[in-house]
Amino acid sequence: MLATEETTIVSTPEATDKPKREMIAIDDLSLIFPSKDGDVHALSNINLSIKSGDFVSFIGPSGCGKTTLLRVIADLEKATSGNLKVNGTDAQDARLNRLYGYVFQAAALLPWRNIQQNCALPMEISGLSPAQQNKQIDKYLKMVGLQDFHKKFPWQLSGGMQQRASIARALCLNPDLLLMDEPFGALDEITRDHMNIELLRIWSETQKTVVFVTHSIDEAVLLSTHIVVMSPRPGRVVKVIESPLPRLKTLALRDDPAFHALASEIRTALAHEHAID
Amino acid sequence: MKQKLFSFVSLFVIVIAIWYIAALLMNGNQLINNLERKNQSWTYQQIIAGAYDVKRPMLPAPHQVGQELIKSIIDRPVTSKRSLIYHAQITLNSTLLGFVFGSLLGILIAVGIVHNKTLESSLMPWVIASQTIPILAIAPMIVVVLGAINITGVIPKAIISMYLSFFPVTIAMVKGLRSSDKLHEELMHTYSATAKDIFWKLRWYSAQPYLFASLKVAIAAALVGAIVAELPTGAQGGLGARLLSGSYYGQTEQIWSALIVAATLGSILVWLVGIAERVLLRRRGELDHA
Repeated sequence: MLATEETTIVSTPEATDKPKREMIAIDDLSLIFPSKDGDVHALSNINLSIKSGDFVSFIGPSGCGKTTLLRVIADLEKATSGNLKVNGTDAQDARLNRLYGYVFQAAALLPWRNIQQNCALPMEISGLSPAQQNKQIDKYLKMVGLQDFHKKFPWQLSGGMQQRASIARALCLNPDLLLMDEPFGALDEITRDHMNIELLRIWSETQKTVVFVTHSIDEAVLLSTHIVVMSPRPGRVVKVIESPLPRLKTLALRDDPAFHALASEIRTALAHEHAID
Repeated sequence: MKQKLFSFVSLFVIVIAIWYIAALLMNGNQLINNLERKNQSWTYQQIIAGAYDVKRPMLPAPHQVGQELIKSIIDRPVTSKRSLIYHAQITLNSTLLGFVFGSLLGILIAVGIVHNKTLESSLMPWVIASQTIPILAIAPMIVVVLGAINITGVIPKAIISMYLSFFPVTIAMVKGLRSSDKLHEELMHTYSATAKDIFWKLRWYSAQPYLFASLKVAIAAALVGAIVAELPTGAQGGLGARLLSGSYYGQTEQIWSALIVAATLGSILVWLVGIAERVLLRRRGELDHA
């Protein structure tokens, strides 16, 4: 995970089939927001390496810069200093080449478009033909379980369904990288559990790299191959934990001692930093 | 619905009652003055009976206006120059022409202002200044200047309608085009969308509620513009011309019936814009939601 630690725990065959290339390389990256009351160090000297096919979660308390880091990767914020390579190019080129799909905390569906039209939006912009658009839409709406909802408008769907539609929309351009900013943060716990399992299934089906921001330890453990623990003021990476759990997890795994051990390791890392604060 | 109708009817009854009382007071005074000038004696009964039956009353009673409306709408063929339908249709033509071009102009100016900071600082003061000039002062000038270069008829009137109706559209659209959700803008950014895509797929739709609110104001303003344009310019037809000739000859019933037709026409136009808005929102599936 970190460029320095190269331990690999192989969990599923497909992970070994593909040679792992570096999807995201972050080198000594800092971001400072200037303000009247003094500069805010949103991100401080971040070093991180994310390999293709990994599911990486950023976890930490509010203000630790986890969302900011994701936004820097997405070229929605510019780093003040340091280096960032996304798939070998800089973040702006990666965005211009539509290398990633971004899923926001809110579904951010356009209210005047139905679900099909919403999913078509990125493909209209990238210039795909309507036939190709429909093929992709059918495929990914089916994948997220919304195959009968093409003509429904966002307000006719529940929060969970809206978020699934927004995931389908992000998948439609078939990006190698999926950036997700607390996508299930606004959902109730039952729906969230369900969505987590669905996301794991989609991830294993599509072999994408996922970077996932969360403040839930359980969610991080359940989803990730790697967990990046972050701490606030200034926002920095405290610890990168590689999950010993299998890639494809089930909800039942939450009763497994290994699950608890990992959750406890994360908790300790978070608490340790809090004590220093 | 029932409650809506009830409040409409009760307000209507109150207005009519006030109107009758005002007509009695104003016309009664007129009668008394006339009689006293001739040194004739009078009684209150006589005045009350006569107040609603004066020729050229200061304020015609509602039923007198009603008779005039029936006479000039139903009794005359629509081709007659004394038919209010004929005049209303003349005014409507320039209203609609001015409204369409005014709205387009308003949208264009707003698009320019939103996309160009220099345009905002250079154009906005003129847009606002244009509306501080009394339309009555410049309407005759526009008509005369255009007449000098042989542009007459509906065009000068439409230009004055346009002059009044572009303003609310510009102001509303500048706000509307800037009202798109920050999150949606970022979403478009992640798709590396062009300015054109962002405009046509996001800003234009976000602005539509603002657009329709302003179109309702604009179409009413366009009607006022058309009537005002007909007033001081010796126009031969139109509700404005009707108002003017009514005041020349002291035909107050004629003035009031033209006013009522103008008000009705305005209400219908605003209502039609509302219908267009509802049809569009329903197509977008947003109506039941809102």
